[in-house]
Amino acid sequence: MTTFPWLPVLLVAPLVGATAVMLLPKTSDKLAKQVGLVVSLVVLGLTIAMALNFDAATGDRFQFAVSTPWISQFGVNFALGVDGIALVLVALSTTLVPIVLLAGWHDADDSRGTVRGYVALILTLEAAMIGVFAATDVFLFYVFFEAMLVPVYFLIGRYGGPRRNYAAVKFFLYSLFGGLLMLASLIGLYVVSGDILGTGSFDFTTLASMAIDPGTQKWLFAGFFIAFAIKAPLVPFHTWLPDAAAEATPGTAVLLVGVLDKVGTFGMLRYCLELFPDASRWATPLVIVLAVVGIIYGALLAIGQTDIKRLIAYTSVSHFGFIALGIFVMTTQGQSGSALYMVNHGFSTAALFIIGGFLISRRGSKLIADFGGVQKVAPILAGTFLVAGMSSLALPGLSSFVSEFLVLVGTFERYTWVGVIASLGIVLAALYILLMYQRTMTGPTPDIVAEKVHDLTGREIFAVVPLLVVILVLGFYPKPVLDVINPAVDRVMHAVNATDPAPSVAPVAEGTAK
Amino acid sequence: MNGTLAAAAGSFEIPTLEYSALAPILIVLGAAVVGVLIESFVAQAMRRNAQLVVTFAALVGAFVAVVLARGTQQIVALGSVAIDGPTLFMQGSILVLAAMAALVMAERQVDPAGDSFAPRASALPGSEDEQAFTRLGWLQTEVWPLFLFSVGGMLLFPASTDLLTMFVALEVLSLPLYIMAGLARRRRLLSQEAALKYFMLGAFSSAFFLYGTALLYGFAGTVSLSGIADALTKSADNMGLVLGGLGLLSVGLLFKISAAPFHQWTPDVYQGSPTSVTGFMAACTKVAAFGALLRVMYVAFGGIRWDWRPMMYVIAALTMIVGTIFALTQTDIKRLLAYSSIAQAGFMLVGVIATNQAGLEGTMVYLLAYGVATIGAFAIVTLVRDASGEATHLSQWAGLGKRSPVVASAFALFLLAFAGIPLTSGFTAKFAVFTAGISGGAAPVVVIGVVASAVAAFFYVRVIVVMFFNEPSADSGPSVVVPSAFTTLAITVAVAITVVIGVLPQVIFNLASQAGLFVR
Repeated sequence: MTTFPWLPVLLVAPLVGATAVMLLPKTSDKLAKQVGLVVSLVVLGLTIAMALNFDAATGDRFQFAVSTPWISQFGVNFALGVDGIALVLVALSTTLVPIVLLAGWHDADDSRGTVRGYVALILTLEAAMIGVFAATDVFLFYVFFEAMLVPVYFLIGRYGGPRRNYAAVKFFLYSLFGGLLMLASLIGLYVVSGDILGTGSFDFTTLASMAIDPGTQKWLFAGFFIAFAIKAPLVPFHTWLPDAAAEATPGTAVLLVGVLDKVGTFGMLRYCLELFPDASRWATPLVIVLAVVGIIYGALLAIGQTDIKRLIAYTSVSHFGFIALGIFVMTTQGQSGSALYMVNHGFSTAALFIIGGFLISRRGSKLIADFGGVQKVAPILAGTFLVAGMSSLALPGLSSFVSEFLVLVGTFERYTWVGVIASLGIVLAALYILLMYQRTMTGPTPDIVAEKVHDLTGREIFAVVPLLVVILVLGFYPKPVLDVINPAVDRVMHAVNATDPAPSVAPVAEGTAK
Repeated sequence: MNGTLAAAAGSFEIPTLEYSALAPILIVLGAAVVGVLIESFVAQAMRRNAQLVVTFAALVGAFVAVVLARGTQQIVALGSVAIDGPTLFMQGSILVLAAMAALVMAERQVDPAGDSFAPRASALPGSEDEQAFTRLGWLQTEVWPLFLFSVGGMLLFPASTDLLTMFVALEVLSLPLYIMAGLARRRRLLSQEAALKYFMLGAFSSAFFLYGTALLYGFAGTVSLSGIADALTKSADNMGLVLGGLGLLSVGLLFKISAAPFHQWTPDVYQGSPTSVTGFMAACTKVAAFGALLRVMYVAFGGIRWDWRPMMYVIAALTMIVGTIFALTQTDIKRLLAYSSIAQAGFMLVGVIATNQAGLEGTMVYLLAYGVATIGAFAIVTLVRDASGEATHLSQWAGLGKRSPVVASAFALFLLAFAGIPLTSGFTAKFAVFTAGISGGAAPVVVIGVVASAVAAFFYVRVIVVMFFNEPSADSGPSVVVPSAFTTLAITVAVAITVVIGVLPQVIFNLASQAGLFVR
């Protein structure tokens, strides 16, 4: 294994980029964007290089690990390291950032904030996203978890749509409230670890190996879980998401829904399950109910939306229900499916938001009713939108299908009826995506649409094509990602002391299950 | 005749004073006396400069004396002053904060009429006299000796080991503040109202303190803190006297830290006082008063903490709730900061309740972090002005982020620190006291604190929204005045310390943990 400090470099590079962008002279908007794009591409390159050095099969759980004491008073270390799940999520983040910068090239041009500020905030956010997935010290995780809010808050509030103030504040307060509950639990966890180990610790591995009294676990679990459920978001903590996503620029919405919200589900998988296994099993029925309600409710609300961005936001509520369901059914397929789903959902939602954003900025309206027949005037735009939508509704051959299928298989293994109800979500997904496509892209083209909506430009195609390629590749060949994820999932399963139910079919099926 | 005098003199023992340990207090009080002499003997034109030199020299000298005295653990001045780790930490904090506040007070570039103090506080507001003084460009310089006397009292307050010394320190720190509150150049009536209100209620609370001292003397036969602690271990009789005395004593101290329900004066006084003085009293008084509260509660009443902790639970919870709820509706930035400081006092009380080493350290770190951000925030308030003086209405701050991004960003940083966002000093401090609170068995109060923090975040964020997300008002609204080096330095230092405590908290925790416990 190499000794190159991958993670610290990944963390620092975007910050250096952000500082450099801020130091540029006032008039150099274009240069700022170019610098931002180059920096984000360098970070992506570094991520790919790091991923190639990752040893999923035989390596340690946390690879590229570094640790230096930060606040020795509280046993806090600046400790970074990635397991398979964290690695793919870091890769998701660093892939989306250059795409977002490229797709939103003009998003900040006429806003109240400066272009430099926009680029710098996105790069700062990238650093925080890398940090939150790579932290192996729970305190450090919390710091990134909260610090992430600040750039997003400014991105929504300064560069967003007409109701940005309301959306930004709502987003900030929901997340902060959850974060503070988590803080209380985090402190509680530290004090408990001090009682058990003699000296308190925030080291994830140490904490995960502790046997905490089940009664205490429930309280600590509650603080962490509510924070993650707000972040993810699960029904009934989801109301901030449609507002925030609808008011944010498409790029911000991509990072918000595509990556930030994954911190919630990632946190459930990594922190809730491993730190509080007893409490997680105790809470399973409740979480599964919330997840299933979210799948159906999110889908129904999506069908009823008149605003494209809010519709996409509600589809995500439904999809986050699937992810949470897969995590808490406590089967290997379910959790692998969820981890993969986090990645796939990131890409397909990104594609939807970005192409939807192109559509909206051309017509100057977010309302579905204002569109129609776009397919005739902008075939590439319509075609890419259809592919993204198909991925979102989990069409076989596109990436989301694999993960949704795994989640459902994992669910059926343990709770047949839950699986049946959750499957309804797929039907509803077909409804909301196809209805939206039909209303915006097909039918007669109103004059105003024909006049305003033109097809994708070269830059826009450049931003969208990588997303579609990833969606296709992961749809046909998800194995590389699953290989990286699976060892990490096995560890989670082991930590929560869960075993897959014995297959109810004949053992012959075993060989073909994988 | 001579013989009796000699005999009397013979029975009088000359007290041995440990001058080096007392040096910080003596330097500051001595400089204050020099300041009074300057007022009498130095020509009007040179007074300001002379006062500034004396003031800053005294603050720096006293700080050096504190640094030199590090590691001291002794009771000096015939058992009435304890120079120990916590005392030195708090004296150091007070001196740093006072120096920052003095920088803001020394500013004379932002107000076209001079500095921020009335030329003659005795002149009737709006009178011919006042206008004449202003026209002549007279500057108020008495504020500097007053300031130094107040700082001297603050240095003594957390170091006092008996209740009488503590009372004297309380008065020495309070009386100059009452006057300073009334010195604002603009909005004279509001300022005088603030001074009177502060004086009346302050005098009232001092009486409570004294009455409590009397009851405790009745119980223990001594006013020394360790004496009271010893008496408590010996006998459990007359607990009525103890609890009554403790209750009344606490009223006096809780008034100074503006804990609910003794907080009513805070918004009015903070709003009416000259803003630079507000920063000074919000930061330094709180450090001194918390220092005294900690010493009383830990040293004298540590043994009966099970009796007073329930009371403090209620006070802490109430303070956090009242501070945050009332702050939600404020539209004046100074009143908003006042209610915020009430809420912050509630968070700090969580550290007091913990009654353990971690609680002491956490509270000390919190005090420093809060004080620095407070002085920085009030310093920025002095800069946002329109023709009639400071523009403190929240609506006047709309769009500040667009017109003065640097100043608005600094203010946003202080607000985020108050809100306790990670990587700012406020988070470090909050984490420290909450950790101490949970390990000290006060988990319910911590949960209330966490919820209150979430509510508090709302009004901090609201100010950021106004500054950054709202359009500036169309007419020529207030503008940010470019200050002289004094205020710039104060704000820069405040920003730096806020970030350093947030990012590299180890430095400050090392200092706080070296401070150790109170010497008895």
